[in-house]
Amino acid sequence: MRVNRNRTFYYIKEGISSIFNHSLMSFASICIIVAFLIIMGSFILLAVNINAIIGELENDNIILAYIHENVPESEARAIEHTLRSIPNIASVVFIPREEAFENFMRRYDEEDRFADIDYTVFRHRYAIYVEDVALIEDTQQELRYIPELASNSANLAIAQTLVNIRNVVSWISIIIIAVLLAISLFIMSNTIKLATYERREEIAIMKMVGATNSFIRWPFIFEGFILGITGSLVAYLSIIGLYSLTAGWVLDFEAGFFQLVVFSNVSVPLFLLFTAIGFGVGVGGSVFALNRYLNV
Amino acid sequence: MIRMTDVFKEYANGTKALKGVTFELNTGEFAFLVGPSGSGKSTIIRLLIGEIAPSDGTVIVNGQDMDNIKMRKMPFLRRTVGVIFQDFRLIENKSVYENIAFAMRVIGASAKDIRQRVPYLLELVGLEFKAKAKPDELSGGEQQRVAVARALVNNPRLIIADEPTGNLDPARSLEILLLLKKINELGTTVLVVTHEKPLVDQFSQRVIAIDGGRIISDGMDGYYNYESE
Repeated sequence: MRVNRNRTFYYIKEGISSIFNHSLMSFASICIIVAFLIIMGSFILLAVNINAIIGELENDNIILAYIHENVPESEARAIEHTLRSIPNIASVVFIPREEAFENFMRRYDEEDRFADIDYTVFRHRYAIYVEDVALIEDTQQELRYIPELASNSANLAIAQTLVNIRNVVSWISIIIIAVLLAISLFIMSNTIKLATYERREEIAIMKMVGATNSFIRWPFIFEGFILGITGSLVAYLSIIGLYSLTAGWVLDFEAGFFQLVVFSNVSVPLFLLFTAIGFGVGVGGSVFALNRYLNV
Repeated sequence: MIRMTDVFKEYANGTKALKGVTFELNTGEFAFLVGPSGSGKSTIIRLLIGEIAPSDGTVIVNGQDMDNIKMRKMPFLRRTVGVIFQDFRLIENKSVYENIAFAMRVIGASAKDIRQRVPYLLELVGLEFKAKAKPDELSGGEQQRVAVARALVNNPRLIIADEPTGNLDPARSLEILLLLKKINELGTTVLVVTHEKPLVDQFSQRVIAIDGGRIISDGMDGYYNYESE
């Protein structure tokens, strides 16, 4: 397709001048995009942090796999490779019986009471970390086929609770974001409809002098694009500020009990999401609102 | 140029606006279409510029059957017809120059062509010193002259003026009609729709009179047989 540079320049110029000619409407459109993206971004960041906390709790949810008493330590250590090849196992740590004994004594801190216990009563064991807590039962099943292992244990109730919490948080986040998106599209499209209604005479004049629909549409598209992108950038910068304030507050208040996810971990996807929504709402809203005036 | 043959128009609310209108306007002609309010004049204009389609009959404008034209071809037909309205329909936030240049941009004219053509038209309508003014800084007569210049800018074969003097005093009205007459003498076909009998009487031209959705007379020398409102 041949690009007419003069015409493209005209569209951009018209789009920009239209923003200033209808400054109140432009300001309202940007404010709506900013407000929506800040609310949506806050929910996304909340969901990301809740997921991160759950993820950390899941990491503590391990399977303990005990080795038969008659299997020597060297053989017990040798099955590490076999364990790693089982699906859903993220990592394994071998714990010899001496270390298990020490851990036990440390945990109960009642050495006198267990003074006559010999460490040989403990089994060698593996601490097995899984990738997905939801599949922990299947992993336990797989472990039963390894002859050197006497038994294994995991706290299935905690695992299931964590899985449930994560699912609920994910669903609530998705529903809230979808509702916010729908509300925002509705408000945005009405704002642009209002702006377009204000300019219906102008559009009618364009049609009268023989303007094609695309000639009429492009300046509006550029206008929507600029408003959408401006709104998304303002919202992104606001979210950075709000998040760093919140992170500082959490650090002071919780005294290191937990930390928020570092913003740079989510900055790129969040920026892309904000830009995409700003673009979609700005341009999509313009095209949608214009259509009713173009069918003349 | 314009050929309406046995045209009927009934609106969705049941109003029968046209009841078998037939007339023809040939290349280079100047004619008035006159009639009282509600006679069907506006419906004829709307049919001629493709805003509505006839219920029956054929409307041909610049060789194009308006009932069969594809929507995507409509803008290109409109470029061959200059339309002037009673309320001027200028874009308020554009200067006089921009209002006229805009109609050229629509058809993809080059910047060089626009720079040459717009000053020529401003001179033709006597507004060469008002190029930078905004519409609200002009008198009604001046605004209508801008609308005339805009209608002419793309060299249309046909000019349709819908009550072009409706918002003007008698002196300015005559001025606009003389301007349209001058444009006609330069070769453009002109149809002026009006209900102002005293104004029409001043010209010795073809007058098509319509009343109740029917053509009641069509003749030269400004004759028509209804009383102006």
